[in-house]
Amino acid sequence: MKLTLKIWRQSGPTAEGAIHTYQLDDVSPDMSFLEMLDVLNEQLNDQGEEPVAFDSDCREGICGMCGLMINGEAHGPEVTTTCQLHMRSFTDGETITIEPWRSDAFPVVKDLVVDRGAFDRIIQAGGYVSVNTGSAPEAHSVPVPKDDADRAFNVATCIGCGACVAACPNGSASLFMGAKVTHLGLLPQGQPERDERVVNMVAQHDHEGFGGCTNIGACTAACPKEIPLDVISQLNKDLRTAIKHGH
Amino acid sequence: MDMPDTVTSTEASHSGLLDGDYDDAIGYYTPGEPIVDAKAPSGPIAERWSNRKFEARLVNPANRRKLSIIIVGTGLAGASAAATLGEAGYNVKTFCYQDSPRRAHSIAAQGGINAAKNYKEDGDSVHRLFYDTVKGGDYRSRESNVYRLAEVSTNIIDQCVAQGVPFAREYGGLLDNRSFGGVQVSRTFYARGQTGQQLLIGAYQALERQISAGTVSMFTRHEMLELIVADGKARGIIARDMVTGEIQTHLADVVVLASGGYGNVFYLSTNAMGSNVTAAWRAHRKGAYMANPCYTQIHPTCIPVSGSHQSKLTLMSESLRNDGRIWVPKNQADCDKDPREIPEEDRDYYLERIYPSFGNLVPRDIASRAAKNVCDEGRGVGPEVDGVRRGVYLDFADAIDRLGRDAVANKYGNLFDMYARITGEDPYAVPMRIYPAVHYVMGGLWVDYDLQSTISGLFVTGEANFSDHGANRLGASALMQGLADGYFVLPHTIRDYLADGPFEAIGEDHPAVLEARESVEQRIEHFLTVNGSRSVDSYHRELGNIMWEYCGMERSEDGLKKAIDLIRGLRDDFYRNVKVLGTSESLNQSLEKAGRVADFFELGELMCIDALNRRESCGGHFRAESQTEDGEALRHDDEFAYVSAWEWAGLDERPVLHKEDLVYTAIEMKQRSYK
Repeated sequence: MKLTLKIWRQSGPTAEGAIHTYQLDDVSPDMSFLEMLDVLNEQLNDQGEEPVAFDSDCREGICGMCGLMINGEAHGPEVTTTCQLHMRSFTDGETITIEPWRSDAFPVVKDLVVDRGAFDRIIQAGGYVSVNTGSAPEAHSVPVPKDDADRAFNVATCIGCGACVAACPNGSASLFMGAKVTHLGLLPQGQPERDERVVNMVAQHDHEGFGGCTNIGACTAACPKEIPLDVISQLNKDLRTAIKHGH
Repeated sequence: MDMPDTVTSTEASHSGLLDGDYDDAIGYYTPGEPIVDAKAPSGPIAERWSNRKFEARLVNPANRRKLSIIIVGTGLAGASAAATLGEAGYNVKTFCYQDSPRRAHSIAAQGGINAAKNYKEDGDSVHRLFYDTVKGGDYRSRESNVYRLAEVSTNIIDQCVAQGVPFAREYGGLLDNRSFGGVQVSRTFYARGQTGQQLLIGAYQALERQISAGTVSMFTRHEMLELIVADGKARGIIARDMVTGEIQTHLADVVVLASGGYGNVFYLSTNAMGSNVTAAWRAHRKGAYMANPCYTQIHPTCIPVSGSHQSKLTLMSESLRNDGRIWVPKNQADCDKDPREIPEEDRDYYLERIYPSFGNLVPRDIASRAAKNVCDEGRGVGPEVDGVRRGVYLDFADAIDRLGRDAVANKYGNLFDMYARITGEDPYAVPMRIYPAVHYVMGGLWVDYDLQSTISGLFVTGEANFSDHGANRLGASALMQGLADGYFVLPHTIRDYLADGPFEAIGEDHPAVLEARESVEQRIEHFLTVNGSRSVDSYHRELGNIMWEYCGMERSEDGLKKAIDLIRGLRDDFYRNVKVLGTSESLNQSLEKAGRVADFFELGELMCIDALNRRESCGGHFRAESQTEDGEALRHDDEFAYVSAWEWAGLDERPVLHKEDLVYTAIEMKQRSYK
């Protein structure tokens, strides 16, 4: 395959960025999208041009480190992570535009790399159960209904990649937050801190500059782990309940 | 700066100091003093850990905040230790090269985590988990450590459940277990095929809670590039801020490396792209012994390489071998045919043929080696990469006939989907193709019973140490060891060391700090000014090919010696001819990789020397010279029941081998057979 790549290049956090155009021949349909960029980078290195910076680590769809806007879609045309997208999803001669996640809360570090530290800070605000090592009761002392455990697992599969934010016209991280609030809210272990958790996480979310949710659903459509939209309903419900409780 | 100017050729001269009759590594190393004391407590094995915990001195809560701890790595072993030590009130600084601690590669573990809960009342116990782990490690692990691992395994499950880890449950609401990795009891706890992810998120959340509480400072996108050893003690690290390029000095009372394994020395592995040996290797160069570096685990069921662009390999659960049948064509001429058109009589179900009683379920190393052999014979299938087809069929046609498509989909649906996504082929219609891949390393920095290395004040946990898996790791044991070390072992053993602290403060002008900083700056400067003609990745790929060919599934004296020469030549060329563009003052991924690959060269050479010395086959290490008439691995307990702990002697100097004898008091050594 032959491709024309239009790639966002930005040398640093405060530098001006611009789209650069590159030609790439001999792309195999069996390459992953990131392997295609590896090939481009080898070519650039040979030509004396600095390679394009982009994030990736596990390259098996689970660590959440990779994430690109590909032709305007978060993670590209398939429901998967960028690292699991393969070139057979594109056609010979195609022009592909590649940009970093776009959100005020995810500032660009370089080229296609962004800073997603805001997600860590939302978890710091309450996305945990306060249990010190060694103080846990016997695992079987608290049964959990299988349906609750299964649903908790399903929403806990969020990989924190940020595609939901990148896809959202408002730049909201409600799907990310809703997934965590729902996961811990379904389990007995998550109950004691349930009210404070949602209040503090939402406050941190707003403080970071993420936008509000207006139920568009672009987040869940872009989510490589298919986290359902109703976690946001749960988030709002938990928030209402906490406020009613006087938080 | 110690970079090689010339390639030193090594002659095989007899030093006269060796105790084995068959030491192929003569001339490649210097024999050293044996390690006599690994600080394992004496007494009945079941009481050793309790006794050690009691003997370890306590640190008054008021003093803990005066003590500082550096932890490198935020996978299961690092995040769990950081959270626990933060909760205890110490001052903790944690480092990871990724953009968030949640990315660490523990997250990719699929299968599960073992624990001796005996919830199934099927005869499991701490002693049985201990026994299975020592046996699985082919009697090359330290029994006191393994017993402790089995003992604390039950606490891990309690802790994780309390954190909200959504393990699989039964309809009664209690935890489900499955049997895993060929053992006969069901002791594996799991969260669908994403157990590592759920356990890591649990540890990550506990870590983030401590960051919020102010006990832990987190440094993301920071890479440790040097260890600071001052007055005989590990006292800090030199790290590079990967975004600004700033070289930083971080000082502390103690340093913990939880930096993972070095499987990426093979270039292609199931490890993450960034997984590297640099933190461990820099410590090795400063005096920490490297133990059993040749023990590598190769997993038989990975998706094969599709072309020279391949950047990493993806593992599929071994459970596929329960119902899939492995075969290759009998005739080379059939290798590029549609497999569905190859008649039954022209197929070679080679595992069923060679190992009739275990068939497709032979252990990982046997299945892996057999696959390589048939491909080397020219009977591999799939795309030709560098002139060889590296793949064998894993065929579900019989299983689909017998059980129906729906039943097969129920059992393996998610794996089939993953395979289809990566290869573009439908495994329900066309046989899957699989090939072995490097997956885990049992070798690592040598530690004593307290997880302390040979450098005072340097502790090593998780895959980065060598301690618990011997020559081979059982399935679902990596997660267990990472969390055991971090939650329940290190926090006790490190307090005994810290009871002597806080140690005398050292300044950033201490000669040891200046020396470490300078060596980091010189290395970076060197890579950016060589301005050669080859990319870092091209060297890494070539090194990986050498390692895979000669220090992979089957090792021989000739092959290993050849590999050592090749590695030395390539390393020399790398320093002269590598091309790294850009500057050190910003994010520079080529520069990061250059430093890591430089360390992989030195590690790769040591792995070959270690493999050369160990003229026996055990666990993940198979020496062509040591096999039975039937081609099975042959261990030599009389000569090789020791841990090989290697001391750095300088670049192009022969490393020094210190042997730690393995003594078993609670278990009897046995030879395995799978025919």
